[in-house]
Amino acid sequence: MDYSGGRVLLSSQREGQSTHYSPRVLILVPLAAILFQVYIPQFFHFLQFLELPMLVVVYFALMRRSQLGGLFLGALVGIAQDSLTIKPLGMYGIVKTLVGYFAASVSVRFDVEHSIIRGMLCFFFYLFHQCLYWVMERALLGHQPPFEMQSWLVQGGLNAVVGLALFHFLDKLRSSA
Amino acid sequence: MESFLNRYRNITVLFLVIFGQLLLLAVQVKSDRNVPVIRVWTVTAITPFARLLEAVRGGGTGFFRNYILLHNADAENRSLRDQVDHLKMDNIFLRDQLNTADRARALALFQQHTQSKTLAAIVIASGAGVNSKVVFVDRGSGSGVERGMAVVTPDGIVGKVVAVYPNASQVLLMTDADFAAGVISQKGGVRGTFKGQGAPMGKVDYISNSEKVEVGEWFYTSGDDRIFPRGFPVGVVKSVHFDSPFQDVLIEPSGIERGLDEVLIIVEGVHRAIPPVEIADQPVYIAPPPPDAAAVREAAAAEAGATPTEADKLRSVYKAAGDAQGHKYGEGYKPPDLVKLPAAGSTPPPAAPANAAPATPAAPSPTAPTTPAAPPAQKTVPNERLANQAAGAQSGTSGH
Repeated sequence: MDYSGGRVLLSSQREGQSTHYSPRVLILVPLAAILFQVYIPQFFHFLQFLELPMLVVVYFALMRRSQLGGLFLGALVGIAQDSLTIKPLGMYGIVKTLVGYFAASVSVRFDVEHSIIRGMLCFFFYLFHQCLYWVMERALLGHQPPFEMQSWLVQGGLNAVVGLALFHFLDKLRSSA
Repeated sequence: MESFLNRYRNITVLFLVIFGQLLLLAVQVKSDRNVPVIRVWTVTAITPFARLLEAVRGGGTGFFRNYILLHNADAENRSLRDQVDHLKMDNIFLRDQLNTADRARALALFQQHTQSKTLAAIVIASGAGVNSKVVFVDRGSGSGVERGMAVVTPDGIVGKVVAVYPNASQVLLMTDADFAAGVISQKGGVRGTFKGQGAPMGKVDYISNSEKVEVGEWFYTSGDDRIFPRGFPVGVVKSVHFDSPFQDVLIEPSGIERGLDEVLIIVEGVHRAIPPVEIADQPVYIAPPPPDAAAVREAAAAEAGATPTEADKLRSVYKAAGDAQGHKYGEGYKPPDLVKLPAAGSTPPPAAPANAAPATPAAPSPTAPTTPAAPPAQKTVPNERLANQAAGAQSGTSGH
């Protein structure tokens, strides 16, 4: 697919073609993102704001343009992430399922190879991810987590910056077919 | 119908997946937090990678430090750090015991009680997710770890084991919102429940407004929760606010202040006494006594009364007689010969302090009191009468 320069909206759904990845990439990249999430922040606490699993879900959902693929990938990554927390299974699962689904839905309307669009989507989905998790924690678990919108906004911006670099790297893993 | 399903296939699948996960959530919330099999699979899949990465990192940095930068210095440093940690634990225990008033009882307690049996563990990973306050340690069921065991550092409690896997364990940190532990204050023995808040500070709940808790006071584990042995530090009170119906007491946890690299899992807990409050026993300065306290008192008395009384005059006379004969009142059995009283005109003035300034009325010093003028000559009191009075006084003051 050609890089579309300044254009951000697609004229038709046909224009947005799905991108293919090898199964190894689809397995190893989310696994590496989860491994990064559990391992790196214990040495670099300032990296705790990163939500690499969510960025990976957003990327594959955007690029494959498949709602089913996006929601299943989000569900699997989210449940795997849930397994590594003390929270009940399904909290991250539900959130990332919705993130994957909506990211794939958005991809049919926007030129997802545009850097600005990518950055905005990363920012938006991070906020969506955090807000939905906050709502679910209150509604389903009965907890009283703090509502930290200011820090979420800042962290969303930082995740967007990291997401741009990550997406650029993941673009190189696309299958030629 | 078929076309309807085809048209809304994606949204239908989305709802099914969400519904399935909601069911999963509901089942878990109702269950007693048994570890699901999928967690075992995921942890078993993730922890080998984490261990491998940790081994590579540790080996690489260890090689670099031990053989390139400083030969054996790192090993020695680590050994010394371990020793310091152990000595710190020993020191806390011994200090608690030695602070007991009854030394014999303290020794008996020392003999009876052994310290908690602990298992050292290394933190190999943290929980996935920004909102998670759990860590994984490299000790599992193979090392004897069981669910519910307490995790501490020499500085205080850290958390508790919430899930055990063959070669790793999941520890819920005390800052997590799900964490709770029974605590007791050091000063007033006020009991409460420490709860994490998902933030660096924790909260002690269920302390009524009538209980006294001060800022800076320490809280220790009470042992009531049957997880943490009694007497482990929890944290120091940072703020106290009266609220309805309980006080709002915020605590800064002490166990995770220095970060979490190595922790101790308490395999067999031993309760300890809450250390007593160290009272601020500041030494009070007491000035040395004056060189001649009696002389100073006499000078002060003489200064206070501008005109000496008859008794003062008599006292001066007897003192002069005693001094002339080398007699010290209150000592010895032989009274002074009061017949040989000095002449009334030569009666010395009331004794002044040895270091007092001489009487110089023309130039009085504000700091050194001037010696008052000598009492007038005792013309009206015959010597015999004085002698009789002195004899009577002597019998009463000589201490026979």
